[in-house]
Amino acid sequence: MIDRAIERIKGLSFINGFLWLMRAAIIFVVVWGTIQTILHNPYSYRNWLDFIIFGIAQGSMYALIAIGYTLVYGVLKMINFAHSEFFMSGIFTATCVVAIPLAESGYMAAHPFISLTLVAVVTIGVSVLIALVTERVAYRPLRHSPRLMPLITAIGASFFWQYYFRGLFGSQVKPFPTIAALDGTISFLNTQVLKTHVLVVVVTIISLVALNFFITRTKAGMAIRSVAENKDVAALMGINVNRTISLTFATCAFMAGIAGVLYALVYHQVHFFMGFIPGIKAFTAAVLGGIGNIPGAAIGGLFLGLFESVGPSLFLQSLGIPAFNQLKDVIAFTLLVLILIFRPQGILGERLAEKKA
Amino acid sequence: MISGANADLGLDSQYGVEIAIQFKGEVLGHSVELQAEDDGCSAEGGQAAGQKIVSDPSIVGIIGTSCSGAGVPMSQVVSDAGYFMVSPSNTAPSLTDANQAWKPGYLRTAHNDKVQGAAMAEYAYSELGLTTAAAIHDGDPYTEGLANAFRESFEALGGTVVAFTAVNVGDTDMRPVLTSIANSAGGAPEFLFFPVFTAECAHLATQALEVAGLENTVRGAADGCFSAAAADAIGDASPGMVFSGPDLAYAGQTYQDFLAAYQENFGSAPLSVFHAHAFDAANLIFGCIETTAQQGSDGALLIGRQAMRDCMFATSGYAGITGSLTCNATGDCADPKIAVYEIQGGEYVNIWP
Repeated sequence: MIDRAIERIKGLSFINGFLWLMRAAIIFVVVWGTIQTILHNPYSYRNWLDFIIFGIAQGSMYALIAIGYTLVYGVLKMINFAHSEFFMSGIFTATCVVAIPLAESGYMAAHPFISLTLVAVVTIGVSVLIALVTERVAYRPLRHSPRLMPLITAIGASFFWQYYFRGLFGSQVKPFPTIAALDGTISFLNTQVLKTHVLVVVVTIISLVALNFFITRTKAGMAIRSVAENKDVAALMGINVNRTISLTFATCAFMAGIAGVLYALVYHQVHFFMGFIPGIKAFTAAVLGGIGNIPGAAIGGLFLGLFESVGPSLFLQSLGIPAFNQLKDVIAFTLLVLILIFRPQGILGERLAEKKA
Repeated sequence: MISGANADLGLDSQYGVEIAIQFKGEVLGHSVELQAEDDGCSAEGGQAAGQKIVSDPSIVGIIGTSCSGAGVPMSQVVSDAGYFMVSPSNTAPSLTDANQAWKPGYLRTAHNDKVQGAAMAEYAYSELGLTTAAAIHDGDPYTEGLANAFRESFEALGGTVVAFTAVNVGDTDMRPVLTSIANSAGGAPEFLFFPVFTAECAHLATQALEVAGLENTVRGAADGCFSAAAADAIGDASPGMVFSGPDLAYAGQTYQDFLAAYQENFGSAPLSVFHAHAFDAANLIFGCIETTAQQGSDGALLIGRQAMRDCMFATSGYAGITGSLTCNATGDCADPKIAVYEIQGGEYVNIWP
């Protein structure tokens, strides 16, 4: 038995052996750190609950953005790196054009919910418009080119929109006004939860359920799925492929727009570069959940948000690592690597349409 | 100069230089041309802007960078090429420490953050009577240097620093790190110092109010978060927050003329706090051109790079807006005076000393 094990270890190449050592080391750090934290728990029950709630709220936003990466990948097999700009463009415009003037005129304080609806409509409208324009101008002409070309175009489109909006509204951070009705906390499970966090979670759940209904139960959703399955056959069956792809982009941007409004409500500031980091994180979430898979994107987003929030305190704090909170991205991406080592297809696997042969 | 969330910092300095040029008119019969580069407040940007500038032989002096993080690689590029640079707003201690990042062509008219950190510690400990503090930086040389300077001074005064940690540039959710700080082994701090830039600073300032245990903690930021845009971004969270920065109560008619010119040319009060330092830096350069330049036979000015550099380092007792400037061997030229401010009605108001 032991001989066999030694034999197997000897058979490993240097690289494989190194990878196994890495996995063992990561798992050791996680387990050891967790045990240490549990032994000398520096936090109360309420603090841990807070960490989890922060994580769920952050993760919900990642989930909404991640839907966009996953849907477009499912349909076009391309990574739409301009998606983070669909997220930014809507809320940045709505903040500068609607929210700030309304707050200054006092209308927002008097009619908070009408104002918020107005902000949401403008945000989603602009996001969808930008998505449709990007698809028509930058992606459709390249649909039959090699797969790397749309990828590079997407990166170019992302820069274009960033600097376009910087030109429109300036490079400074814009404050999103506080809405008094959503300020403050409510009691929940012995702790105080921010109203905005509750709103984020509720809106995310409603959006995801509605999206799922749209994709699985409506004719348009069926068209999206059939185009994801096979564009040519879908066209032969009388589906307008171009229109369906535009619809896919509009759906993605709609979700990104909702995420944008929630982001502004929670973080109160927007600027032209705000899409970049949430975009990278949401893309990670989509890969984590299994790219092309809608529930996967949602679960991946939640997972990532939770690990970013809970991870540093749970795994690293007790190991005496200085500035452990700065390492939250390290934790998130180590998690990604670990999951991809053990499940290369992601948590739920790739599956918008059944996988192609 | 810089773009992005911290653009006010760079523009303010650029305007300072433009006014200096306007006041000066011509140097030895030649007009002065300002070429502005954008480093985006990043190390890569500093490297790129430095390369671009040193490839242009018509440039005599360099004023910049705005951010210490960009200053580190740029001072290397500039020094290697035989040029010198004067920064109006780099304040990281390492930049003028010969054992750390200092390069032979580097000078600054901005204060060294050892002074600023000490002033903030003095204010928190002696003026407010707070004995426990925490500090947060973002890994940038400016923020880390200032947070460290604050910690050393605060501990030297007899206070306790219960947490010293960091966030990432671009982070938005600061609640986990703030919750950790509120539950530090030494208890929740009475003073929380986060000398980071506008976006992260505003997130920390607003979210600290929402974290259990930090409700009564005094929040402090520094000159990286000292601009019209920062005051806007902090918004309703500003009561109970203090800011350290250069003392702008400059005496003298020149500063009054300067402010009038600023208002007239750019339509606003100064955007940030380093315009006067930039003005002084530009005038130091003009002075050295006048001292060292030789008139060529065809009317062109011949300006030696080494001579210019030597002249800059030899500055002694120069009377600028920001005080009496004397450069030491590692390029610290400032006459540092630090004040503490708070925001009242969207304006920064001097409250100490």
